[in-house]
Amino acid sequence: MPGAGPMTRRLGNPVAFGVLVVAVIAAPFVFSNYRTYQLGFVGLYLVALLGLDILTGFTGQISLGHGAFMGIGAYTTTILVVDHGVRDLWTIPLSGLAAGVIGLAFGIPATRFAGPYLALATFAIPLAFIGLLKRFPHFTGGNVGKSLPQLHAEFGWHTSPSIWFYVVCWVVALVMLPLAFFVVRGRFGRAMRSVRDSEIAATANGVSTAGVKTLAFGISAFYCGVAGALYGIGITYVNPDTFPIDLSILLLVGIVLGGAGSLYGMLFGALFVEFIRISWGPSLLDLFSKVHHVDTHAPGSGLVVYGVVLLVVLYAAPSGAAGLGRFSFGSRTRIIRPRRPPGPPAKGENA
Amino acid sequence: MQTFFQTLTTGLSDGAIYGSLALALVLIYKATEVINFAQGEMAMFTTYIAWALMGHGSTFEWWAFFATLGIAFLGGAALQQTVIRPLERASVLTAVMATIALLVILNGLAAWIWSPQLQFFPSPFPTSSWVIGGVHISKQDVGTFGVVMACVLVLWLFFRFTKLGLAMRAGALNPNAARLMGVRTSWLLALGWGFAAALGAVSGMMVAPTVFLTPNMMQAILIYAFAAAILGGLESPFGAVAGGLTLGVLLNMLGQYVHPVTSELQLPVALGILLAVLLIKPAGLFGRVVVRRV
Repeated sequence: MPGAGPMTRRLGNPVAFGVLVVAVIAAPFVFSNYRTYQLGFVGLYLVALLGLDILTGFTGQISLGHGAFMGIGAYTTTILVVDHGVRDLWTIPLSGLAAGVIGLAFGIPATRFAGPYLALATFAIPLAFIGLLKRFPHFTGGNVGKSLPQLHAEFGWHTSPSIWFYVVCWVVALVMLPLAFFVVRGRFGRAMRSVRDSEIAATANGVSTAGVKTLAFGISAFYCGVAGALYGIGITYVNPDTFPIDLSILLLVGIVLGGAGSLYGMLFGALFVEFIRISWGPSLLDLFSKVHHVDTHAPGSGLVVYGVVLLVVLYAAPSGAAGLGRFSFGSRTRIIRPRRPPGPPAKGENA
Repeated sequence: MQTFFQTLTTGLSDGAIYGSLALALVLIYKATEVINFAQGEMAMFTTYIAWALMGHGSTFEWWAFFATLGIAFLGGAALQQTVIRPLERASVLTAVMATIALLVILNGLAAWIWSPQLQFFPSPFPTSSWVIGGVHISKQDVGTFGVVMACVLVLWLFFRFTKLGLAMRAGALNPNAARLMGVRTSWLLALGWGFAAALGAVSGMMVAPTVFLTPNMMQAILIYAFAAAILGGLESPFGAVAGGLTLGVLLNMLGQYVHPVTSELQLPVALGILLAVLLIKPAGLFGRVVVRRV
């Protein structure tokens, strides 16, 4: 684009961003109050997915524990607001930092090795996190959890809590999106992609793979911490059941659906994460129940739906989804329809 | 001293369960380089089947135990053929994602079919204990340890002394060469998944009497199994069992003798052990150091 400096390009396509900003401003005028509140959650899930995408889509590392980093963010916000009287808006960056630092510390041992070890280690985080919450009840509120004060608009603005929540979430999301572009477009972004595509080649070119993976892990934890702070503010209540392992898995499903390695794709992923549980999943099931007489509102049915959706996406795009590593470079169409038939098995080659 | 031996036996019994699930993970990992994240949920699901066969858990029936092993074997093989096999050509990461999808689906299905309520699962062993020199040794612990170790032994004999076992080892070691020698590797992988599912079923049925039957009952056990597999070396079947026993004893000893480690802290401790092993000796206690070729 002529006229746009390198700095502008590093922050993403300004036209796409402009369209998004207009859509975000228009939404509260179009949708009901409740729908707007839900769209606020879409904004915070967007932040979480952007972070996870930096780790999974751009660096090629699977994490099954990022729901717990949202939990760390939400708990940091709650404890700061309730026990230390900090204003809720100020806690958002602080919660991000708390989660980011813990993420970095965790990433140092966990990301030193290639292969499945990171996914293995991160799988334990959500359950370990819940155990820690219950072990130190005087600090975290234990099983009961903690309540935040009711949300209310600030800066002398009189509007409903739902609209205010929406505004806060999307202001944060619209700051974090260009920031994500900034992260993935520069020298560090190239290093991340080289780690994803070939750790050996990256090492040979002087990239510290462990360092890049650890830093990517820390950044993604920061994003999830920010999202978690918003989540806590939005639901005004946290307890150990707020951040189950399902949430971590759902985030990963959102990445795959949105198209790992595409930042704008995460918008689609965030819509999915928010609406699959409340409306899309149940309506799919209702369709199904017209054919077979099953109780579609039974517990567990929602999980089955998004598990099946994930499988369908994986099949519809064997070479696309391949990879979380290689389906990467962007567009969602590539995931839906691979350009080439899948190549020969690569098992012998990557020994 | 009595407490010590009682803790030791409980630890060995817990450890046997972790070890058998870890062994199931290692079996699949060795053959396909895929970590099966659904391993725990497969075990949970088959345990529900056993519970249904036993008349919703009124009394333990050995026929139901063995029937469940058969069902688990067939189910595991079927899952490999229908879900995992079509992704053979895709990358390892895609296959891992597919196992995560399976995890979600099985967890949801179990809650859907049998409700997420806590269920009682009967134990095949009496709740009494033997007293040897003042030490109470629970029959349940000894029985669990015995059943799991017997299954592991049978599996080892199969791999060591049968032609099919040899073919499976060959397929895992070098799939291309094995295929050239006329080994039908795809079916062998299904067989491997079958064995892993049956082993998982054993661990599920043995652990269910103590943790009670719920759709989430294996999540923590799976993490202990991960930690055990990494402790023993992800490529070593012997290491998986040894790692499981070590972890079981270690966690029970910590819970008994180190006051701040309550039951809530067992999982964080297991995670800590897992990270420490990765940091200090990533190949595990019995694994080989893998050298990557370009």
